[in-house]
Amino acid sequence: MAEPAIELIGIDKRFGAVRANKAIDLTVERGTIHGIIGENGAGKSTLMSIIYGFYQADSGEIRVGGKKVEITDPNAAIAAGIGMVHQHFMLVHNFTVVENVMLGAEQSPLLRAGIGKVRAELKRLEEDHGLDVDPDAVIEDLAVGRQQRVEILKALYRGADILILDEPTGVLTPSEADHLFEVLQQLRAEGKTIILITHKLREIMAITDNVSVMRQGEMVATRKTSETSVAELAELMVGRRVLLTVDKGEARPSNVLLDVKGLTVKDGRGVTMVDDVSFSVRAGEIVGIAGVAGNGQSELLEALSGIRRAEAGQISICGREIDPTRETDPAEIRRIGCAHVPEDRHHMGLVLPFEENENSVLGYQDDKRFRKGVLLDQNAMRRDAREKIEAYDIRPPDCRLKTSNFSGGNQQKIVLAREMERDPDVLLIGQPTRGVDVGAIEFIHKRIVEMRDAGKAILLVSVELDEIRALSDRILVMFAGRIVGERGPDATEGDLGLLMAGVEETPEAAE
Amino acid sequence: MDLAFTLNLVESTIRLSTPLLFAALAGLYSERSGIFDISLEGKMLIAAFASASAAAVWGSAFLGLFVGILAATAFSLVHGLASITYRGNQIVSGVAINFIAAGLTIILGQSWFSQGGRTPSLFGGGRFTPIHLPGADAAESIPVIGPIYANVISGQTILVYVAFLMVPLTWWVLFRTRFGLRLRAVGENPAAVDTAGISVPWLRYRAVIICGILTGFAGTYLAVAQAAGFTRDMTAGKGYIALAALIFANWKPVPVMFACLLFGFLDAVSIRIQGVELPVVGEISVQFVQALPYVLTVVLLAGFVGKATPPKAGGVPYVKER
Repeated sequence: MAEPAIELIGIDKRFGAVRANKAIDLTVERGTIHGIIGENGAGKSTLMSIIYGFYQADSGEIRVGGKKVEITDPNAAIAAGIGMVHQHFMLVHNFTVVENVMLGAEQSPLLRAGIGKVRAELKRLEEDHGLDVDPDAVIEDLAVGRQQRVEILKALYRGADILILDEPTGVLTPSEADHLFEVLQQLRAEGKTIILITHKLREIMAITDNVSVMRQGEMVATRKTSETSVAELAELMVGRRVLLTVDKGEARPSNVLLDVKGLTVKDGRGVTMVDDVSFSVRAGEIVGIAGVAGNGQSELLEALSGIRRAEAGQISICGREIDPTRETDPAEIRRIGCAHVPEDRHHMGLVLPFEENENSVLGYQDDKRFRKGVLLDQNAMRRDAREKIEAYDIRPPDCRLKTSNFSGGNQQKIVLAREMERDPDVLLIGQPTRGVDVGAIEFIHKRIVEMRDAGKAILLVSVELDEIRALSDRILVMFAGRIVGERGPDATEGDLGLLMAGVEETPEAAE
Repeated sequence: MDLAFTLNLVESTIRLSTPLLFAALAGLYSERSGIFDISLEGKMLIAAFASASAAAVWGSAFLGLFVGILAATAFSLVHGLASITYRGNQIVSGVAINFIAAGLTIILGQSWFSQGGRTPSLFGGGRFTPIHLPGADAAESIPVIGPIYANVISGQTILVYVAFLMVPLTWWVLFRTRFGLRLRAVGENPAAVDTAGISVPWLRYRAVIICGILTGFAGTYLAVAQAAGFTRDMTAGKGYIALAALIFANWKPVPVMFACLLFGFLDAVSIRIQGVELPVVGEISVQFVQALPYVLTVVLLAGFVGKATPPKAGGVPYVKER
């Protein structure tokens, strides 16, 4: 048997306290399309950046064609025949296609000779692979699919035998994605090796020969695509975690407090992330939104909390109609009685260099309680912060400490305390226990259930399936921006996993 | 307005725009690589002082130029160290260099030469003197073209010719060489350069060094060609005007030349218009005319004329790790 195209042995990588890759072993056979799947943050992109020399592994070995190689920088990777198509394109937006392709591979100090060669080569690649693109077009004028094609051409021009594509379809329309797959199959037919990183199971099943699954920095399994199933992969991806149990009584839902109709939201790139979504949440119930990360949950939460403008739809909170297609003031939404625990506490929930008590009133700093004329009433702020520290057991109990000095779990408690203690009628919670230790998880779950029992309407978004199942009274599954199914709290993991993977309900499943 | 007056105006426009052109092209290299540089002013000043000192001591204009370039490049490297290696704030670093240059030139000048911060007057070989091109006198008799050749093109110092030759050279470097391609790329998307296997810091350091060399020329021109020695604060904001010209010209070499000529022209007019009775408006106050270039700068910078699109990655330190 021929030597594998690329082998990884015991690759380890840390970023500060986070171990992004844990002793990864991977073998990719020559002339195959090898898929690597895992949720966002599973460590896929880090691993590929190591292969491409953008990061260095802390330990481990890379072998290309059976020979050990030291990939210290992208040059070494290019020399070893490895090309990469980055998730965020590495293109110079105001350069032409030719200029982008030749950047770093100019051949001589003067450009003239190189330009001719690039043009000839682009023409050849166009004829061989149908990768047509106007060589003189400026990148920013090209559609995203075309830009990606330039990235592929860049790699091929440098003589790549092994092509790594990082989430290549995330930004593509379905027809662009189909065309990309045709190109990849053609490249495979010519003996090129392709590594495809994605979190979309459907793509894996459609195009790959082998598939490896990553979860929380570990390589958990490698399968032949023909011998596995979407259900198995979904389960491997999400993982069987220790079942969380939450003590909760029967839900007693009453009137509708949050009502969403036909909500459509696009992200910054113009890709539709939430597609005509309608649902409602009643007082006294927890509605969980399950889904693999990146299927529109984040954009849904942002639209509901007034952070992101929607394209279409209606939202009603506590009986008040809100037009989400207009610029809304998140403070206005808060005043109506809808609190929001953002998914990413560092990015949206907290200002890390602030003192704890400042973060504890963030967003409510205009409140009369915390004001003395035009100034902030620091004593009132600190008194309030100390009460919350006490109630939520935030450690260390020091309201003057810089927020960045608290652990992740305690930071999360600061956000939760701030939002929950406002006694909102509607509570939007994103990833309540991300990066939170087990003890704090239990506490946070208990508070969420208490809120429910106090008659609040709670919308819970989490990528932790166990969390969704443990807390929710109803589960909505989101896939590709749509709500593809609704289940009760007793739905099985396999059932939810299939929905999350976008597998339409089959007649057999309905039986 | 007769021909002699016009030619005189054109000639002084060229003379006055030369230091601006050197400084603006210097800024172009630096900023195209993604390093914002408001320390053009300070580097010109230190170069003016260093070159005038060296020329005074050794009596050689060319040695003066060499020392001026060394001084400005040293300051450039400080800016590079702060903004490339230590990823500091480029504006703060630039302001600091301007302050240091303003203070240092006076203190050193006083302690070395004891002339109130001035350097000794330069004479003979200590200055760059006008070069008379061959046939200038003979050509004068030819109508129109003759006087232009004799009075505008001929009779400038060598630095003026260098400055204007730098324009096509810069264009060629930027758009026709590998270095230029990479320089433009690193100012727009350093990650693209990095993933292409090119060192971002080394590329930016080279840009910053070129910036130092050109500001060295600019400062030397002021003290050793235009004037005959260094006087305190002799740059008088020219570094900032050069920056304005650079922005106005959208970081492109040939428009930079025209922008610098425009500012130089205003400067030349302001000298000539003083005390002159103009029809309708009468005598214009000196202060108003002298303020004109600065007013225009503000107008340009406020975006009233066209839209400036600076290099995308300008001012942002490149950090690879997440």
